[in-house]
Amino acid sequence: MNDRERRPLLEVENLRVEFPTRRGTLVAVDDVSFHIDEGEVLGVVGESGAGKSLTGAAIIGLLEPPGRIASGQVVLDGRRIDNLSYEQMRRIRGREIGMVFQDPLTSLNPLYTVGRQLVETLQTHTDLGDDEARERAIALLSEVGIPSPRVRIDQYPHQFSGGMRQRVVIALALCINPRLIIADEPTTALDVSIQAQIIVLLKRLCRDHGAAVMLITHDMGVIAETADRVAVMYAGRLAEIGAVDQVINHAKHPYTHGLMGSIPVVGHDADELVQIEGTMPRLTAIPSGCAFNPRCPEAFEHCRAARPDLIAVEDSQVACWLYDPSVERAVSLE
Amino acid sequence: MLAFIVQRLLQAIVVMMVVGIISFSLFQFVGDPVNNMLGPEGTTEQREKLREKLGLNDAIPIQFIRYAGNALKGEFGLSYRMGKPVDELLVERLPATIELVAVSAVIALVIGVPMGVYTGLRRDSWLSRVFLTVSLVGISLPTFVIGILMILVFGVWLGWLPTFGRGGVVDIGGWQTSLLTLQGWSHIIMPAITLALFQLTLIMRLVRAEMLEVLRTDYIKFARARGLKSRDVNFGHALKNTLVPVITITGLQIGSLLAFSIITETVFAWPGMGLLFLQGIQFVDIPVMSSYLVLMALFFVLINLAVDLLYYAVDPRLRAEHTGGAAH
Amino acid sequence: MSTRIESAVIPRSPANRAADALRRFFDSDVYFSFKRSPVVVIAFFVTVLLFAVAALAPWIAPHNTNEVATLNLMDARIPPFGVTDTFGNEGSAKFLLGTDDQGRDMLSAIMFGLRISLGVGFASVILAALLGTALGLLSGYVGGRLDSLIMRIADVQLTFPAILIALMIDGIVGGILPRALHEELKLYVLVLAISASQWVNFARTVRGSTLVEKNKEYVQAARVIGVRPLLIMVRHVLPNVTGPVLVIGTLSLAIAILTEATLSFLGVGVPVTHPSLGTLIRIGQQYLFSGEWWMTIFPSVALVILVLAVNLLGDWLRDALNPKLR
Repeated sequence: MNDRERRPLLEVENLRVEFPTRRGTLVAVDDVSFHIDEGEVLGVVGESGAGKSLTGAAIIGLLEPPGRIASGQVVLDGRRIDNLSYEQMRRIRGREIGMVFQDPLTSLNPLYTVGRQLVETLQTHTDLGDDEARERAIALLSEVGIPSPRVRIDQYPHQFSGGMRQRVVIALALCINPRLIIADEPTTALDVSIQAQIIVLLKRLCRDHGAAVMLITHDMGVIAETADRVAVMYAGRLAEIGAVDQVINHAKHPYTHGLMGSIPVVGHDADELVQIEGTMPRLTAIPSGCAFNPRCPEAFEHCRAARPDLIAVEDSQVACWLYDPSVERAVSLE
Repeated sequence: MLAFIVQRLLQAIVVMMVVGIISFSLFQFVGDPVNNMLGPEGTTEQREKLREKLGLNDAIPIQFIRYAGNALKGEFGLSYRMGKPVDELLVERLPATIELVAVSAVIALVIGVPMGVYTGLRRDSWLSRVFLTVSLVGISLPTFVIGILMILVFGVWLGWLPTFGRGGVVDIGGWQTSLLTLQGWSHIIMPAITLALFQLTLIMRLVRAEMLEVLRTDYIKFARARGLKSRDVNFGHALKNTLVPVITITGLQIGSLLAFSIITETVFAWPGMGLLFLQGIQFVDIPVMSSYLVLMALFFVLINLAVDLLYYAVDPRLRAEHTGGAAH
Repeated sequence: MSTRIESAVIPRSPANRAADALRRFFDSDVYFSFKRSPVVVIAFFVTVLLFAVAALAPWIAPHNTNEVATLNLMDARIPPFGVTDTFGNEGSAKFLLGTDDQGRDMLSAIMFGLRISLGVGFASVILAALLGTALGLLSGYVGGRLDSLIMRIADVQLTFPAILIALMIDGIVGGILPRALHEELKLYVLVLAISASQWVNFARTVRGSTLVEKNKEYVQAARVIGVRPLLIMVRHVLPNVTGPVLVIGTLSLAIAILTEATLSFLGVGVPVTHPSLGTLIRIGQQYLFSGEWWMTIFPSVALVILVLAVNLLGDWLRDALNPKLR
């Protein structure tokens, strides 16, 4: 952790996303804070329902009502963006923050040609003329690896295969050179053989365009390959965040440890895969104190009593009482 | 593309043949034409002569062929009730119904689609709620009640509009139209609105439902995520996708208008085919019934064909068969 | 902790189970959304009221309008209570809503008319539901040609509006049967005709559900074990389709009532001896111009309120049971 002359590109501070329902208010993202530097890849991992996608949606301002940002802030390049009007936010979307969704089949309008969707995006944010925009679109298609871009630019999404479509989606997300890309499970809907290609493409392009990436996924393999830092989310909260090498190989939070241990590693001998007992709690029934405590093999009394903040441990930050020296660890809950 | 058209045409022909057979069966098995025409008084000899004359003693397949042949020529025999050739009756009445349906369709579309789009985009505005409430009442009001209410208000109480008939007609090359005179319009306006109201609310609710569905899709989310202007998202992406399935339903609606015109014609004594058909049913006038059936089937088949072609032109996914194999 | 275990082990009596189910219902999302919408609550009560009136008509109607013998032409065309018509006649409390041209008390006629309208409506919908569900199950389970055939017929039939189908069936039957028999069977023919126009919606939904279930592994497993997969599937399909069938049924009821009213209005519906609301409206239309509006307006209002209430309920039911909107 060196001196940082420049501030981070994105700072999320104490973000809280709520869903008012008739049974009370559900907190889907609870006091989450992290930052992303220029050009870095931050992986955000966790099980389904941990709040990863909602965090991404909140950042780009596309939370679906009745979901809303209840408190906290999102700061992009020093400028607060969570409280902007729709129109102001619209200008930021695409131009400064881009987003890639999970399913390339449904992400593209089936009735518009690929070219039209590209040109439209280009012309919304710049004042390129029709021909220039088209040339630019063709160049983009070529950059993401679409063969015969001049021909394919006039084709419809259904004429592309899954992998090709996701390349188009990436092209669309990157076409105005945003500084941050939020990729929400970009490879989950693709064939395994294609996944690697897309991730490599994404990483290369972002590096070339100088874009930072918030890579949301539940696939640890992708994270290991691509991310610089990793944030682990559990039940809407951050469990651990740190450099990818640290988090994967020297996991500190018991949950992260369990996650890593449950992944079979080629060439690595183990008698058993680690299994974490139980399941992640539903939003309506989050345990008091640390959300992980009912399943945690190292839990003790204080874990049930109070929720841990992020504590700096070596180069990472961990939300676990195990690392708070001031806490009494007398009574174990086992 | 050609294959598509040919396939559809073949289907259409099959349907028409089936309808023809049903229609022919009506003639054969339902009621006795001889009885109907002669009444109970005819002597056996007269009956025999009539049977011979009508060709009723020939083998059934021959009768069918004759029937089909006549049908293609547009001859459906004589109406039992009125004694006139059915095709003459139909031709006489056709323009009245067609014009009524056309004007209604235009009204229903021109008002229904924009209302649907508006209530889809602005879900929670008070105007949307008003529209929705009105639409709910609209589909609960049977056509004939609407007609009666209109007659009561505009005809009886206010005396502004005439309440029956077409008014004067102008003959244009055999087609008798009532749309060229003010009087004609004053006659058609109430029936047309009555007929249109039901369809209008249906269209509005349909467009709204489609719009809401489309607005939830990923590609709309992605369009917003790219920072596209609301106008482009709503009226470009969303609207276009909404209208595609609406086309089919609208086509079906026109068919429905044709059917509901029976009711409207009854309420307003509008001299169209519907009224003719109704009287045919009441008197079990087989030639009229079966020819109306065939004619309606023809209309529906043509409408379906047109809708299919339109769909094909609008949705690129249907044209997919031949174009470039996506490699990977 | 221990009490929970106990209650899981001890079997609950039927009364307790019913109480549980009721409590679950009142706690459910469905009931919640019901309570929250005043319009729907009103619609519900109105519907219940109209059903009650229809069911109890023979006992609560002030006059028995179906007994032709009791009708007195001297009582014809009397205006409603408190209204004086263009001829100077005054209404009386004996005939609160006036009388028609046969001397029928409008209020009673409307009650009996409701009875007919609802009776035909319900019968048609139930028949359509049974037919549609059976065909849908069959179609989905057997698949292949039978499925294609049934769906084709359904498609073709969908392009023809209910009115037309009902009219055709009525016309054909009218041609086949001798007149007297036709008159007697008119009600049944009517129910048949209307259900024939409504079965498709049920069939489609049930077929869809059946297809989903058919592909599930437990069906294959059942086959392997030797248990009849059809029976198991039915047991799984039926609970799944209950919701949608209920929604379709309610909306179908509204359409059935409207169709019956329209057919009766056109003169090809119920026999004149048992006038439904549609018949009453038709009879009354002739007298609009002489200013005797009540003969057609009151039945119209009753009909519209009935259909509106049912539609509101059906609409709300559809939204409440729609998993996507929850």
